[in-house]
Amino acid sequence: MNEPVILKPSRGWVALNLKDLWQYRELVFFLTWRDVLVRYKQTVLGAAWAILQPLINMVVLTVIFGNLAGMSSEGFPRPVFTFSALLPWGLFSKAMSDAGRSMLASRAMITKVYFPRLIVPLSKVLGGLVDFVIAFAVLLAMMAYYGIMPTAAVWTLPLFLLLAIVTALGIGLWLSALNVMYRDIGYILPFLTQLWLLITPVAYSATEVPAKWQLVYALNPMAGVVEGFRWALLGTRQPESLPLAVSSGIAVLLFITGLYYFRRMERVFADMV
Amino acid sequence: MSDIAVRVVNLGKMYTIGAAPDRYRTLRDTLVNFVREPIRRLRYGAGSGKETFWALQDISFEVRQGQVLGVIGHNGAGKSTLLKVLSRVTEPTAGYAEIHGRVGSLLEVGTGFHPELTGRENIYLNGAILGMRRAEIDRKFDEIVDFSGVEKFIDTPVKRYSSGMYLRLAFAVAAHLEPEILVVDEVLAVGDAEFQRKCLGKMSDVAQSGRTVLFVSHNMSAILRLTEETIVLEHGQLALRAPSPQAVDYYLSSGFAESGERIWQENFKKGNPFRPLALRLRDGQGRITNALRSIEPLTLEFEYELSEPVQGLRVGIYLSTMQGETIFTSFDTDDPARYEAFGVRPAGRFVSRCVIPADFFNEGRYVIGLNASTYRVRRYFQEDRAIVFTIDPAGAPGMQWPEVRLGPIRPRLEWTIQTVEGGR
Repeated sequence: MNEPVILKPSRGWVALNLKDLWQYRELVFFLTWRDVLVRYKQTVLGAAWAILQPLINMVVLTVIFGNLAGMSSEGFPRPVFTFSALLPWGLFSKAMSDAGRSMLASRAMITKVYFPRLIVPLSKVLGGLVDFVIAFAVLLAMMAYYGIMPTAAVWTLPLFLLLAIVTALGIGLWLSALNVMYRDIGYILPFLTQLWLLITPVAYSATEVPAKWQLVYALNPMAGVVEGFRWALLGTRQPESLPLAVSSGIAVLLFITGLYYFRRMERVFADMV
Repeated sequence: MSDIAVRVVNLGKMYTIGAAPDRYRTLRDTLVNFVREPIRRLRYGAGSGKETFWALQDISFEVRQGQVLGVIGHNGAGKSTLLKVLSRVTEPTAGYAEIHGRVGSLLEVGTGFHPELTGRENIYLNGAILGMRRAEIDRKFDEIVDFSGVEKFIDTPVKRYSSGMYLRLAFAVAAHLEPEILVVDEVLAVGDAEFQRKCLGKMSDVAQSGRTVLFVSHNMSAILRLTEETIVLEHGQLALRAPSPQAVDYYLSSGFAESGERIWQENFKKGNPFRPLALRLRDGQGRITNALRSIEPLTLEFEYELSEPVQGLRVGIYLSTMQGETIFTSFDTDDPARYEAFGVRPAGRFVSRCVIPADFFNEGRYVIGLNASTYRVRRYFQEDRAIVFTIDPAGAPGMQWPEVRLGPIRPRLEWTIQTVEGGR
């Protein structure tokens, strides 16, 4: 017989209760799987959208920033240069906005059944990984077409991917919990995504940022992620360790505070959502 | 290890309700509030400045292992809130509850069903949401499909299911959850008669398999059949814990007392000699209530005053279902002899009383309309929905089958079975 569960009012900051989350690990899988299965149902192009979305973005950004604004791509073919950044960016931006809206979207479940609520934004973030993998295959094909070999540093790629996921989860946890209380988040999200894109070196090269601003620039963990991706895959300038440490630190901070804030607000979710 | 499955101690749940009334009267106010309101909300939280309301207050009770406990109460009495707290959907505001064992809830079947996914996919998804392990679902899959009766469509997206199929599949998943403590809320209201029978059967199985069940229902016969003990909630408080027959009696004869009566306070209208005073419904014991049992006669009293003599007056009722189909119309002077005797009704106060015999109504809610008129001359008073009452069918004929009987009446008829041939 298991320990009895005590239901009582919680006050202040509460424990993360990761054990509970572990017991429900299969639910994470099932919700992620549901999102992936459903995502491209009843679309004409189906999973091709996973490729088309970053491709179209790439074309737009290439034309505007490359051909019109004439910004540098550190000597690499601009399509590859942009696409390699759009992959982690797409994963991040989708995860952020999906996770941000996830609690409201899962209202029916949350008000009816108990499960660790953390699972909801978590599965949204993981759901984006499938699209990432599909688009990654396209990137490899593009690199082959342009005759670019991945660098020896390609083993670091999963680490940068992890950094992107941790950042997305951190911000996603904050936004999803806030969204339950303040529906304003739904309106802020599109602007937040746009602004964030501008402060991330997706359409341009991080080398455009003046050296004295590099540390401030690194406060955006996605800057570190994108630079890392380009470096590991294409062999652009190697990210310096101090800005990278700042990026990682911010990501971890976002993640941990997000976890605790989410858990703290969890008690009112079912009543407020 | 104790033999207590659920222990609830001084449990309370508070909600904040209703926004403060709209204060935006002028454009200036609106503009000021436009700025001030978000700041106030940020400071004090979106729920501040609103009234609070205790949906549950000071509830204490215990459920033994293997006990099936009924929970009844009128709408808004706190039943659903109690189940939500016990199934961990929401936190209590005061007190605590101790749960020994895994809780499975059937608060609403089909939670997390996705219309685009097939029946098979939804079984896995829904099972996982309800807390089943994948291996557990694998093991029970065939049983679930079999119980739902949708084998043929198991690989069809559920959006193409009829609503009945959808509910059956959803209930099938939930019913195969095997928690130590099962929390059930009104699931018996789904599906057709045949499926309801299956559900009740499943519920009895669960009840007899030694599992602890908390069973919330408005269906008194189901409560009587499935539970031995029942708690009655009233306005968020525990009003009574008693053996189920007593609890059901208490529930049916209380709570609604005030709404078994309708009182009119208006004065005589100019040129109208008729003034309604009160309408009352009384049960078999003469208590005023609008929650009645079909096995008891129902007495209806209409009290009114005439300011001057009225010729050929008839005062009567028309009874209809909630859906508006009329069941019958009846007047106090239907009897020709009485019509003669009251050819002219003098000024004064009167009560017109009629008795609707026992074993007349089927389960359901009914509406009484009132009419006072002189045929082809004048209508003095008319009220289409004077009062609404509920009939509970416990003890009615045919209750051994938990199916829904169609039609507004459920008479106890004289049947004989004659053996023509055979028989031993």
